[in-house]
Amino acid sequence: MLKTTNLQFQHSSSFEIDAIDLTIEKGEIISLIGPNGSGKSTLLRLIARLLKPDAGTVLLEGQSIHSMERKKLAQQLAMLPQMNDHQLDLTVGELIEFGRSPHVKSYGRMGEEDYDIIEWALEVTNLTHYRDRVLPSLSGGERQRAWIAMAVAQRPKVLFLDEPTTYLDISHQLEVMELVKELNEQFGMTIVMVLHDINQAARYSDRLIVMKKGKIQYDGTPQCVLCREMFQNIFEIDASIYEEAGTTFFTPSKMTARCAFT
Amino acid sequence: MDLSVPVATKHKRHEHPYATKRKWTIISLVTILIAGGIMSLMIGPVSFSISEVWQSLISEEDTLARRIVWELRVPRMLIGAIVGMCLAVAGAILQGVMRNPLADPGIIGVTSGAGLAATFIMIVMPAYIALLPFAAFMGAFITAMIIYAMSWKSGTSPVRIILVGVAINAILGAFLSALMLLYSDRVQAALPWLSGGIAGVGWVQFKMIAPYATIALILSLFFIRHIRILRLGDEMAQLLGHNVERSRFLLIVLSTLLAGIAVSVAGLIGFVGLVAPHILRMMIGGDYRYLLPASALGGGVLVVIADMVARTAFAPLELPVGILLAFLGGPFFLYIIQKGRGPIAQNN
Repeated sequence: MLKTTNLQFQHSSSFEIDAIDLTIEKGEIISLIGPNGSGKSTLLRLIARLLKPDAGTVLLEGQSIHSMERKKLAQQLAMLPQMNDHQLDLTVGELIEFGRSPHVKSYGRMGEEDYDIIEWALEVTNLTHYRDRVLPSLSGGERQRAWIAMAVAQRPKVLFLDEPTTYLDISHQLEVMELVKELNEQFGMTIVMVLHDINQAARYSDRLIVMKKGKIQYDGTPQCVLCREMFQNIFEIDASIYEEAGTTFFTPSKMTARCAFT
Repeated sequence: MDLSVPVATKHKRHEHPYATKRKWTIISLVTILIAGGIMSLMIGPVSFSISEVWQSLISEEDTLARRIVWELRVPRMLIGAIVGMCLAVAGAILQGVMRNPLADPGIIGVTSGAGLAATFIMIVMPAYIALLPFAAFMGAFITAMIIYAMSWKSGTSPVRIILVGVAINAILGAFLSALMLLYSDRVQAALPWLSGGIAGVGWVQFKMIAPYATIALILSLFFIRHIRILRLGDEMAQLLGHNVERSRFLLIVLSTLLAGIAVSVAGLIGFVGLVAPHILRMMIGGDYRYLLPASALGGGVLVVIADMVARTAFAPLELPVGILLAFLGGPFFLYIIQKGRGPIAQNN
């Protein structure tokens, strides 16, 4: 449903996105992993039209996102940039209302359907009882769920999440990941996210994309991608790989001696 | 994808946590504005009772009260209210657009631009003094547009606008100082205007600004939703399908108009644009659906009452209201920040 062809973007002389061809199928959960500065966030932002590529195209259901109306794109694609946490004194309900704005005409009012969807977004994210709480009074995990609820209220086909679990403690991290999984399984939302925790990425994704230096280096199921060679090439560490109950995971052991791969 | 909406039983809405505060703040502001307005018609070098004021308003008989109240105090009070509203709304808009509680019309060069243009007229070509309001307005507007244009680099950002603003303000400030040094013998003429005040304004000035101010203030209400969405952050607003650059540009133009209107008749009254929205934000929170109208009322209250005090408290001396505002407003602001109980005070 999403397809990039020859996507290029030069950020500075030392950083660029280099000719990325990527196809994202409907209903997938994809995690982008890779070292800092490998271009994961940039790729996400290019596909979400937050950045304009120097060359190449991004097609959403066959239509170029750059020729789409802003609102049309926002009706199909939602994204949460990295932890939005300036102190907004909105209530959870008011925040989620913004998710309906791509669907409401300028200066139009929200209709019955919009309110139903807000209700539904509260339900899905388990925030119904927090509706009238102001954001600063919530914990980090609850706040993150509120932002996700806003994106969910957009009723997007694709949801992009840029490090949705960073800064959260482990139980809130799992809570967010479980929510993401539920959105995917129950409502068929395609999910593309940038994650730092590779074990979490492997546990919750259908497909891992490993980036380094603005290029896609590995792309496949967690079982395929998580291997000693990948950790040596990409992260320059030695790792042990385990498999348990169908989930692949790793533990890092030590830095690899720097050698030919860099 | 399954788009069926499993709607649970509708949950009862509780009242918004700020609802009561908002309601009472707005009601009290309206009351204070009306009461302050009436009082400012009553007191002065010659004081009148409320019935004398009323008589002078309804009968056209040429009495002393009629001449003082109707010809002098009414237009001055109305202009004070308009100036306060325009400045406060301009400040509130800019604080929202820049997502910076310290933004005020000075930041986009309104003060320095209007100040330079007006000073130029007053001391270099005093023969054209009639053009002063227009020159001040144009100075404000052109400067704001230059700052906006220079902060454009495949898009703008609040930080860049603020930084470019600082630089342009410094340059214009230098020009102003140079001008005042070169014509140091005539500087006297420009000083009252530069410190800001509404002494000696009358119906002429009221008729000049009222239509523009009304239009600009009503327009600002239509832009509330743009400010609210921009407050989520540039990227978030964009991701919600909002045209961020267009909104930001229009909002900057609008606040320049508002501040320019105020400056054109009242000179450089600072502080209102910063203080009024700020205090109200502490009281009722940052939702612009309430903050913007409340700021307008608060700005009106501030200038009307401050002007009343400025012209009576030090009789027979009349202080420019701009000086009084800075004088009392500064310490009061510090006090509020120290004692403040509100979203801003708590979080910053």
